[in-house]
Amino acid sequence: MKYRVLIGKPGLDGHDRGAKFIARALRDAGFEVIYTGIRRTPAEIAAAAVQEDVAAVGLSSMSGAHLRLFPAVVDALAQAGADDIPVLGGGIIPAEDVETMRKAGIRAIFTPGTPVDTIIAAFTEACKKQRGHGVK
Amino acid sequence: MKGDPTIDRLLQRLHGGDPRALARAITLVEDQQPEAAQLLAGLDQKRIEDVLVLGLTGPPGAGKSTLTGALVTALRKREYRVGIIAIDPSSPISGGALLGDRIRMMEHALDREVVVRSMATRGRLGGLCASAGAAARIMAASGCRVVILETVGIGQSEMDIVRLADLTALVLAPGFGDDIQAMKAGILEVADLLVVNKADQPGAGKLQLEMATVFADPKEREERICATVACESAGVATLLDRIFTLEREFRSNGQLQARRKRSFQLETLDWAVEIVKADLREKLKTTIFTSTEPRRAAMELVSGIGKRI
Repeated sequence: MKYRVLIGKPGLDGHDRGAKFIARALRDAGFEVIYTGIRRTPAEIAAAAVQEDVAAVGLSSMSGAHLRLFPAVVDALAQAGADDIPVLGGGIIPAEDVETMRKAGIRAIFTPGTPVDTIIAAFTEACKKQRGHGVK
Repeated sequence: MKGDPTIDRLLQRLHGGDPRALARAITLVEDQQPEAAQLLAGLDQKRIEDVLVLGLTGPPGAGKSTLTGALVTALRKREYRVGIIAIDPSSPISGGALLGDRIRMMEHALDREVVVRSMATRGRLGGLCASAGAAARIMAASGCRVVILETVGIGQSEMDIVRLADLTALVLAPGFGDDIQAMKAGILEVADLLVVNKADQPGAGKLQLEMATVFADPKEREERICATVACESAGVATLLDRIFTLEREFRSNGQLQARRKRSFQLETLDWAVEIVKADLREKLKTTIFTSTEPRRAAMELVSGIGKRI
């Protein structure tokens, strides 16, 4: 089974080196990665995730807007009838925000220095769980 | 065949244009799930008959995705629902893929009448024709008037994809080498329309002149070669007019029906190979061969395989 994931950058932050690094790492781990590019709205990311039927969405933020934007993607997915698609996030995220983000429905948060294997394992786990639900 | 009620519901939602159902249906086919057969058999045949499957091919960097985006804008102005299947290669090493064609089409991301699906070639696993052809029909059944199949026209599986289309446009741009390069690719023979994109760039005029030699008939030359600047939408409305003119022509002279027949055969063969391949892999594990020569062993392996299905 091939897992399809979407990597997106919500908001005005244009620093996409991290997002591209993760996209490449996931590709090399055998994922089919759909990359949306920078400066997307949460609604655009959710619509793309639905059309591409991905098993997980990964978000990257370097600008400090994660507290607002990551949960907005979770909400946008729910509005699109896709609350079963898990959202994972990473970037410059202070330790004290991690718990807040988890409570807002972000499945996993990766801060700088997280080994890439940990990130790949988290995506694999999230995809496996999502696909286990069957046709929705 | 007894119908799975989950699939019946999926079909109903898909015919109503529900984006989630549409996406799920394509996944079922792409992953070769057993439910796919019931799903595909239940699609609205009238809509499939009426759709135009437009192949868009050309070298990387010629502007295929940008042109697709511009064509979608033009089609939406005429109030048509559009589907796009953007095919990118899978890595032969990891089996993974990075699918980035959406980036050039994000302006349509919130338009529910524009359906975009990225698809990886999945290399050795094959079955790409079967998946892409089925995805095009699923999009058609959801109400798309045009489905654009976008792919790099290099290599056998991509060439087969091009043959799935009712009508194919080859997208070229100046700076990719001379006309000999274009002829080498072997793709000129299957192109119905030649699009010289980036027509505002140096060398575009020369490229157009070179392409003119492809068509002997001056009238055809006039109608089959288009100049565009996709990022500014220049020439795109004219291109779309020519596409629809050609579609009408192909529908009335039987060309379209002939191509549909060919793509039916292509897809059927693709599915058959997939089915048999799985069976052969199983049989390979248990067969004790009398020959150590692969060619002979292969004959032993295939003997009686058809009877098992």
